[in-house]
Amino acid sequence: MSTNDHRPGSAGGVDEAGPQHGGPDEEYPPERLAQMDRTELDRLGAQYDGVEVLHVDPAPAPGSPLEKQASRQVTLWFFLAAVFAVLFLVVYAGSGWFLPSWEWEVGGTLWSALFTTMLGLTMGLCLISVGIGLVLFVKKLLPHETAVQDKHDGSSFDRVTTTATLSQALSNSGLTRRKAMTRTLGLMGAAFGAMLIAPLGGLIKNPNSGNPLGTTLWADGVRLVRSDGTPIRPGDQEPGSLATVFPAVAGGNRSADSPLMLIRLRPEQVTAIQPRPGQQDFGYGDYVAYSKICTHAGCPVSLYEQQTGKILCPCHQSQFDVTQGAKPIFGPATRSLPQLPIAVDDEGYFVARSDFPEPVGPSFWNMGRLS
Amino acid sequence: MATTTAAPGRPAPGRPSTKLGSAALEVDERLIVAGPLRRTLNKVFPDHWSFLLGEIALYSFVVLLLSGTYLTFFFDASMKEVTYNGGYAPMRGIDMSAAYESTLGLSFDVRGGLLIRQLHHWAALLFVASICVHLLRIFFTGAFRKPRETNWFIGVGLLVLALLEGFAGYTLPDDLLSGTGLRIFSAVFLSIPVIGTWIYFTAFGGDFPGELIIGRLYILHVLIIPAILLALIAGHLLILVKQKHTQFPGAGRTEHNVVGNRLFPTFAGKATALFFIVFGLCAALGGLVQINPIWLFGPYNPAQVSSGSQPDWYIGFLDGSARMFPPWEIVLWGYHIPPVFWATVVIPGLLFTMLAVYPVIERKLTGDTASHHLLQRPRDVPVRTSLGAMALAFYIVLWITGGNDIIADKFDISLNAMTWFGRIGLIIIPPIAYALTYRLCLGLERHDREVLEHGIETGVIRRLPSGEFIEVHQPLGPVDAHGHGELAYGGASVPKKMNQVGGARRAIKGFFTPIEEPAAVQAEAQQEPRGLESAREARELTGSGRPSEGGRPAEGGRPAEGGRPQQEPRD
Repeated sequence: MSTNDHRPGSAGGVDEAGPQHGGPDEEYPPERLAQMDRTELDRLGAQYDGVEVLHVDPAPAPGSPLEKQASRQVTLWFFLAAVFAVLFLVVYAGSGWFLPSWEWEVGGTLWSALFTTMLGLTMGLCLISVGIGLVLFVKKLLPHETAVQDKHDGSSFDRVTTTATLSQALSNSGLTRRKAMTRTLGLMGAAFGAMLIAPLGGLIKNPNSGNPLGTTLWADGVRLVRSDGTPIRPGDQEPGSLATVFPAVAGGNRSADSPLMLIRLRPEQVTAIQPRPGQQDFGYGDYVAYSKICTHAGCPVSLYEQQTGKILCPCHQSQFDVTQGAKPIFGPATRSLPQLPIAVDDEGYFVARSDFPEPVGPSFWNMGRLS
Repeated sequence: MATTTAAPGRPAPGRPSTKLGSAALEVDERLIVAGPLRRTLNKVFPDHWSFLLGEIALYSFVVLLLSGTYLTFFFDASMKEVTYNGGYAPMRGIDMSAAYESTLGLSFDVRGGLLIRQLHHWAALLFVASICVHLLRIFFTGAFRKPRETNWFIGVGLLVLALLEGFAGYTLPDDLLSGTGLRIFSAVFLSIPVIGTWIYFTAFGGDFPGELIIGRLYILHVLIIPAILLALIAGHLLILVKQKHTQFPGAGRTEHNVVGNRLFPTFAGKATALFFIVFGLCAALGGLVQINPIWLFGPYNPAQVSSGSQPDWYIGFLDGSARMFPPWEIVLWGYHIPPVFWATVVIPGLLFTMLAVYPVIERKLTGDTASHHLLQRPRDVPVRTSLGAMALAFYIVLWITGGNDIIADKFDISLNAMTWFGRIGLIIIPPIAYALTYRLCLGLERHDREVLEHGIETGVIRRLPSGEFIEVHQPLGPVDAHGHGELAYGGASVPKKMNQVGGARRAIKGFFTPIEEPAAVQAEAQQEPRGLESAREARELTGSGRPSEGGRPAEGGRPAEGGRPQQEPRD
């Protein structure tokens, strides 16, 4: 065969059939194959693929009691699968048509309460029945072969020739000699990659502009309100009780760092109270107010044990003592819950006197250096 | 190639005689696929139940893709605030995000939607669980050794991605439980030194929770992570097929062969059956066992939390790590490194890094650079098995601590005592697990050796003329002059019961009445031994297994000698 014939109109030289793809057709021409039976052909092909069938446990003889029993079982499971599929369709499509409605309501029908259950049961049983039927089919009705296939190690011929092809191309490219070009390629790759990922820079937000991590919605004169917006007077809570309150500003009850626990201490706690240094006047009478956001991982600390004055965070079990300035006394939390200085305004409602003196919630790198 | 030898009425040799055959010929004349197809059908897969664990992971992934696609038809990944007015009466009039509202909608207002949602969630739990068990199988049998390190790395990557995918998925409904988890996740970001606040603001597009995070998690959950998972799974399988399966040592099994069933029809039948069973199990669980009932949790609110909040099982170890870590905060010049960083970034980071590089470490320590295709029994590699048990014990202590509030509540134990159990247990239980496992491995090894040397205990007691009582032992092979077995241990399971060496013929089939001839079963039993052992003499395991010399046509222009001039069969 020639590929060098460039004359106009030339077909490129003599066109001969190349070797066949795959099999040893010369040794096994169609006539020879035609004389072999199906099993022989199967084994021949397997052998050609490096597979030898060592041993065959034959399937049960057709018509034998064993075969009849096995095929009955397989048929039964496939039939069951069909039955369950039909049941699924009946429940799915029939509910609300000739069967009770599927839609769930408070105090609704048993049918609607069990609708999802019935769907899952029928679909699951249908699929599992198909699986069981198939397993039984393979195990009981097919012959059991034990075959062995060769595992090939790597070929040094392949390695050497491939390496030659690659290194020849590299050498032809001259990249090893043309240093300036190679380095420029490296520079181009780096710059190109940087350009491709640069637009992701649009995701970056500066956490230090405007001190969002160090401030909350609380400020001087902001009222403490319940989640429905009603303000609170000092007489509203029983001693020993805790209320979750929010700043009376727009979005105050949805803000992630503003929820506040307003706690009315019991009389014996008032005498035992040990506020943090510099925060002695943060409370108001027998009221103290602490951030509800755990200083460990930011969950709302919610479980207040009024007998012991302990607050437990349900996420990681940090415990804080309200009589000691909400100091952490057990668990992974390291910092006290920030205390909000509170007072009562002219109309007798609780207000904040300022924002929290420190960042609320979990610790972060530069929390001690916020401006 | 048609010749003149065709008999009248019959097609020429090699020509199809049926319509199906003609159609197949038409296809093959165009695509030339008969050869590759035959090679694929003939591929041999070893037969062992533990090789199905990875398949369970694969099939649950398929179930996840199917059910997840369905869920996207109804889910709205938006944090826009809406007022609920759907089918679930107790929630009507409550403000919530569109994500939560649409999840309620697909649970209550879409026919069969709840089934698919719960099926999806169960499949996700099964996906991660089967990956973990598959990983343990690979680890304890040494299947990660050369040449399979690449697939180990891919597998560890798949595990980490599966955890992220699961977390992103269960966070999407924006309910109170998952929202609390997301807030903890935000604290993990914040805890990272130097860049933590930047990562946090970048991830949430501002301060927590912002209005972007559900949309971002959604695209991660339905596109980015699944695409990477799919690519890695494809690579995992291609490498598996290329390298062929490992197998346990046994009769006729060598480093250079695979003994088992051909792909078609045995293996394909079993694999398809397993897919249906996995799918069916997920569907049955999705219908019968409630999971993640978000309508009971309510929409996310930063000021609320339920007690006893638990993540999905695979995140539990992180929760436990955060719970038990002591309150050690490093503060230097106003810069903080909180305990959350060590508990949820450093500890899991180290765990997964050590997991990933373990094959490299073992190679360095043992100096074993050979390729291995035969698996090891865990008892035969006591150090590795004990290291694995130690790591597993470490993980389990973390995991138990993740549920320490539930355990304290249900068993009436002090919560603080449970935390201390985690803190102390994490340090002392893993070494105990190491020591115990090591002893156990040695004991099992010794018992194997003893049975090989002295034979199987038959339970038959004999009285010697001297009056001594002895138990008769059945040797497993030839014995020397002292009656000691001469068989060496070959890394395969040693039979320890008489029935395992043909002490009794198998039971006759038939539930109510026998459906086979007892005599035939007896005759079958007398043909023992059979199978691999009986065929050993007649077989050449080192050869190419092809028709002997000349099995391939000589191809012009290719070297006849040196290396492997012939084209390798493709797997």
